[in-house]
Amino acid sequence: MVEVYWKLLVAQIRSQTQYRVSFVIDLVGATVLTSLDILTVWVLFAVNDSLGGFGGREVLLMVGIAAVAFPIADLAVGNVEKLQSYVRSGLFDALLVRPLSTLGQLVTMDFAPRRAGRVLQGLVVYVIALAVSPVEWSAPVAVLVVVAPLSGAVFFSAIFVAGATVAFWWIDSGQLSNAFTYGGKDVTAYPMTVFGGLFRRIFAYGLGFAFVSYLPALAMLGRSDPIGSPDWLRWCSPLTALLSAVIAGWFWRTGVRHYRSSGS
Amino acid sequence: MRWSPGARVLVALAGAGFRRYATYRQATIAGAFTNTVFGFVRCYILLSVADVTGSLAGYAPGQVVTYVWVGQGLLAVVNYWGQQDLPERVRSGEVVSDLLRPVDLMAQFLANDVGRAGHAMLSRFVIPVTVGLLAFDLYVPTNPVTYVLFLVSVLLAVLVCSACRYIVALTSFWLLDVRGVQMVWVVASGVGSGLYFPLPVLPEWLVVLLWVGTPLPSLLQAPLDVVVERGGTGHGLLLVAGQVAWLLVVCGLARVVQTRALRRLVIQGG
Repeated sequence: MVEVYWKLLVAQIRSQTQYRVSFVIDLVGATVLTSLDILTVWVLFAVNDSLGGFGGREVLLMVGIAAVAFPIADLAVGNVEKLQSYVRSGLFDALLVRPLSTLGQLVTMDFAPRRAGRVLQGLVVYVIALAVSPVEWSAPVAVLVVVAPLSGAVFFSAIFVAGATVAFWWIDSGQLSNAFTYGGKDVTAYPMTVFGGLFRRIFAYGLGFAFVSYLPALAMLGRSDPIGSPDWLRWCSPLTALLSAVIAGWFWRTGVRHYRSSGS
Repeated sequence: MRWSPGARVLVALAGAGFRRYATYRQATIAGAFTNTVFGFVRCYILLSVADVTGSLAGYAPGQVVTYVWVGQGLLAVVNYWGQQDLPERVRSGEVVSDLLRPVDLMAQFLANDVGRAGHAMLSRFVIPVTVGLLAFDLYVPTNPVTYVLFLVSVLLAVLVCSACRYIVALTSFWLLDVRGVQMVWVVASGVGSGLYFPLPVLPEWLVVLLWVGTPLPSLLQAPLDVVVERGGTGHGLLLVAGQVAWLLVVCGLARVVQTRALRRLVIQGG
């Protein structure tokens, strides 16, 4: 089983690296675009040397975790966004008749290796952040340093899948999932104290975006959440990631069952 | 501007652009929803920056809020990153049938885009701005002149952006694959137009360089500064005059590039 996926993946990578110049331009372009996000945080931070009551090195740690988590998810399952065109054209039929999981096929068939550059870039930011920010090192913190970005990646993957699944009911929904994927990415790069009102309650704690980088970063820094969530919540990112993956998987299967192929 | 093959044709093309987008109702709602979510994100972020000293680079909190929400509304009107048919038509050679029509290629492109912008103004603009009005204390301009000036400024922004994207699309006559140029355009237009952050937070020399040396602030920063009445009506008039100047420059450039591009035209497979 694994071998089949592996072959699909390798074929996809080979085909996309055939046009070398285009591939390099895409790789560089995608990497530059992510640097813009970091540049934006930095420009805004520089206005008063703080953001939402946090200092630069603390904010950098949150940016760092988010800068690893999102690109991994984007690399792994970001291309699930293409589902829309499969549903619209009825091509999804072809996936259903093969003896492999539909989600697995979709993800490997449109794998985009150009997104790998961002993961590397994010890792560089994260390592620098860990080196300069006042992390209170201990054994649990060391585990969290590794687990937090991975949990974040699982969480964002779930968001990608859940967002794409909407296309089974609503074909032109592409932009809708952007609100939660790319919008969520922007949210996680800032301390949650920046946001307010109902929006913070829904996005940060209800949907769980605070668990990607804000809460784990607080645990690493040995700070309590100024918003008032209990301290143990800072360690719960792997659990919320698992929960989100289960929900996204259930939603996906419901969507597939709802699929009725195209009209003609 | 020499072309005037019949204003009626252009109006018809604009109408077609309007109707085309009016049929994508799901996409319109999904897009407006996304702009609204991003409006909340950007609004809270910029407000928290403004909160510390009571203003952000000369914008009072109310102005910041208006800046963000009107900006989110305009994002779809001034269509930075929209789908482009033209490069694909150049690659396949279909552009020949566009050129056979008795209407200039650039006029077709701009007229169509103005129609699209008209539809976006009535849908994609209204929804986020309404939500912003309900959820935050927007700075609402009291001077009626501001509203007129704002509409003029938006129209100019649409035209400048359209002409810029037209030049980007024309590079496909040389490159066939415009992804690289497109990428440069996306990065430059995002950073240089005030979309990610209001330009005045940057060092002054850089801001002046952007206004004088590039058409980018004309895309978003100009209409937004007009609507928040930064520097009053006099300053607003100056901004609109600057947009007119940039429109002339960009259109002139587009004409030159178009003339050269058409000389290179090869019909694939002919």
